[in-house]
Amino acid sequence: MIGAFAAAAVAGWTGSYVLALMASLMAAALFGALIELTVIRRLYARDHLDQVLATFALILIFSEATRWTFGSFPLFLDTPDWLSGTVMLPGGIQYSLYRLAIIIIGLVVAAGLFLLISKTRVGMRIRAGENDREMIGALGVDISVLYTMVFALGAALAGLSGALVGAIQSVEVGMGEPVLILAFVVIVIGGIGSIKGALAGAILVGLTDTLGRTVLPVVFSTFMEASAATSVGSALASMLIYILMAGVLIFKPTGLFGSA
Amino acid sequence: MADSILDVRGIHKSFGALKASDGITLDLKPGEIHALIGPNGAGKSTLIKQIAGGLNPDSGSVHFMGRDVSVMTVAARARLGLARTFQISALAMGYTVLENAVLGAVGETGSVFRFFKPAMKDADLLGRAYAALDRVGLRDQAGVITSELSHGQRRQLEVAVALTLAPKAFLMDEPMAGMGAEGSKELTTFLQDLKHEAPILLVEHDMDAVFALADRISVLVYGKIIATGSVADIRANADVRTAYLGEEDAA
Amino acid sequence: MIAERHLNAIILAILVLIPAYAVIADEPFTITLATKAVILALAGVGLNFALGQGGLVSFGHAAYFGIGGYAMGILASHAQSYTPLMEVPFVIEGSNSMPVIWLVAVISGGLLALLIGALSLRTRGVYFIMVTLAFGQMLYYFAISWPAYGGEDGLSIYVRNQFPGLNTLVPIQFFGLCFVILLIVLFIVNRLNKSPFGLALMGAHQNEERAKTVGIDVYKMRLVAFAISGAITALAGALFADLNRFVSPVMFDWHTSGQIMVFIILGGVARLFGPIVGASLYILLEHFLGGMSEYWQIYLGAILLFMVLFAKGGIIGRLSKKEQTHGG
Repeated sequence: MIGAFAAAAVAGWTGSYVLALMASLMAAALFGALIELTVIRRLYARDHLDQVLATFALILIFSEATRWTFGSFPLFLDTPDWLSGTVMLPGGIQYSLYRLAIIIIGLVVAAGLFLLISKTRVGMRIRAGENDREMIGALGVDISVLYTMVFALGAALAGLSGALVGAIQSVEVGMGEPVLILAFVVIVIGGIGSIKGALAGAILVGLTDTLGRTVLPVVFSTFMEASAATSVGSALASMLIYILMAGVLIFKPTGLFGSA
Repeated sequence: MADSILDVRGIHKSFGALKASDGITLDLKPGEIHALIGPNGAGKSTLIKQIAGGLNPDSGSVHFMGRDVSVMTVAARARLGLARTFQISALAMGYTVLENAVLGAVGETGSVFRFFKPAMKDADLLGRAYAALDRVGLRDQAGVITSELSHGQRRQLEVAVALTLAPKAFLMDEPMAGMGAEGSKELTTFLQDLKHEAPILLVEHDMDAVFALADRISVLVYGKIIATGSVADIRANADVRTAYLGEEDAA
Repeated sequence: MIAERHLNAIILAILVLIPAYAVIADEPFTITLATKAVILALAGVGLNFALGQGGLVSFGHAAYFGIGGYAMGILASHAQSYTPLMEVPFVIEGSNSMPVIWLVAVISGGLLALLIGALSLRTRGVYFIMVTLAFGQMLYYFAISWPAYGGEDGLSIYVRNQFPGLNTLVPIQFFGLCFVILLIVLFIVNRLNKSPFGLALMGAHQNEERAKTVGIDVYKMRLVAFAISGAITALAGALFADLNRFVSPVMFDWHTSGQIMVFIILGGVARLFGPIVGASLYILLEHFLGGMSEYWQIYLGAILLFMVLFAKGGIIGRLSKKEQTHGG
């Protein structure tokens, strides 16, 4: 949300989309670092309830503060001219250039993260810190700086995605929340602690949701009259990813690629 | 072996390429203390988990009181009378000593789904709890919060909770750990008394205690039992010496 | 430091005196506020059983709140339009009678919790929280897209439902009804907490391994606790719907789940009267701070954050000494 709002504001002032994206990265990173230093840091040793409630409190504060600053009406962020229009894909399908750009950016980020985590020294320290915080501190790595950086990086990426999506949907308070829920479903389906699982889960969830919404009403209309078919179909489609999640939980409580 | 209370037959357990349990067979007879010793990493905890119920063996079986319990849950085996104490005390830290003991009694009598009568006023539960606390000498501490107990007292409470199960066998994981000389002596005497009620499978590093207590000793090295016998047998056994006792100074 | 028992008595007294004063001063709105506090407290009591006593951090309890609300909405709307819910295979008519509605709400809440719990309790820690939240959202999206009962706009019920012997439209009478229900539920939950079931539940919360090794089937026990918790929150949902004479999918939303948790935290987790204090405080903040600023939730968030970081134990925790729930 912060990323999207920052981008929209900067785009409004300067008219430059690239500047707007940079602004979103910086604003989100800054806020992320701030939050980590003041709040998150105190939560590492606490139990889950405290962590959940503290972050819920943060959501309340930030949502309302954003509404206060920018008002209740959504802001608009336009896709830049050099990214609008469609592109011809192999197979003869016309696809929006902007959405294609988002996909490419997503893949680039995923690859970048993967390289960061697995091939660099920083990544090694992060993985070590996940395993044993005290040990890595004893080895001379300033773990708190590391954590702040990791958190800020995560926030920056979230901000970037907010800015990117903001051009297609609208930039409004609470726009991050449906994404949050979906992220949870993806993690549960894909598996605990597995990046591979997150990727698989995300694809599965995306496919199920979109296909479900288009296919189910059609399926139902074969044996129900049209208006009932649409309503039953779409109601069921909205629940489909959760039913999928439930299914995974029955057979593999730790997720498809997860380990306890 | 119809006499054995606990019968472990050919247990195999691998974690990837690591053979944590490599065809382990041992048994526990009534009235004995059977000690399980071995260097760190030999697979003692893995074995105990398979006997107690937290882990299922890849092959082989565990029999308790003549029944095959190999796939039973921890709770089910506990209800059959398999009691366990932990190396790191597993107690409800916020509860008083008495509450922990009553918790044990609740599990034993299968009265978890009783909803209306206050647990701490139930004569049956309290009777069992106090009886167990008396056995270990903790009755005076009944109102003390568990987190405030000394290490030795927490050990005693662990044993008391195990006692509330009216156990048919004990699995004890390093009960001597962290006890001073005085505490170890008391516990040793206590265990010698206890074995007549129910046999004990004892995992221990404290060699003095092992040699003082054990009727039989089994030595576990790299997932295999390399020797089983009386104290004298084991002390004399050359293999054991090299594998374990030779390298060892003070547990 | 006041003994918790005495604190509880004071809380009850305040809860009775304020509406009493409002009757004399002829301020029905105050009574409505008090009723709202009582109903929300009831929702909190339900969650507190699973969360405070059992350690099960359910971030989707709005699911049960919503089911209770919709139980009322569906039954009442069919009653007011004189159409049956179902005709095949047997006829189910709507109902305007509160006891019937409550029965349906409680059973629905309990069954739903049983179902969701059976799946969720297979996970632990953060994942449990995520899964319960997800299931709550599932119902939210379903309620929005199911057109028969108003969808996103919700459902208005024009007549308050009936309770034999009372005129439920009179604010103080409805308040009295809700208050009595709260008292009864508090009594039941208190007994549950002290029973062997409660001892085992809290024991498993503190040390799950210990509970298993003394022979307690932890999963089954938690499932039952979760079902009870859902049933209570569902009852609150039905009452809430009656108070507002309105049901909407928002009752299922995770913000609502969060709110219920806020009541518990403000008052004090696992304290029997915690949800009452928390819900009342929330209502006061909403009314007074909300009157001053449209953005009052910033302050709510700040207070919540402060409490989580620095004042765990909530208000009751601050005022009262630690009471042993099971002392001899």
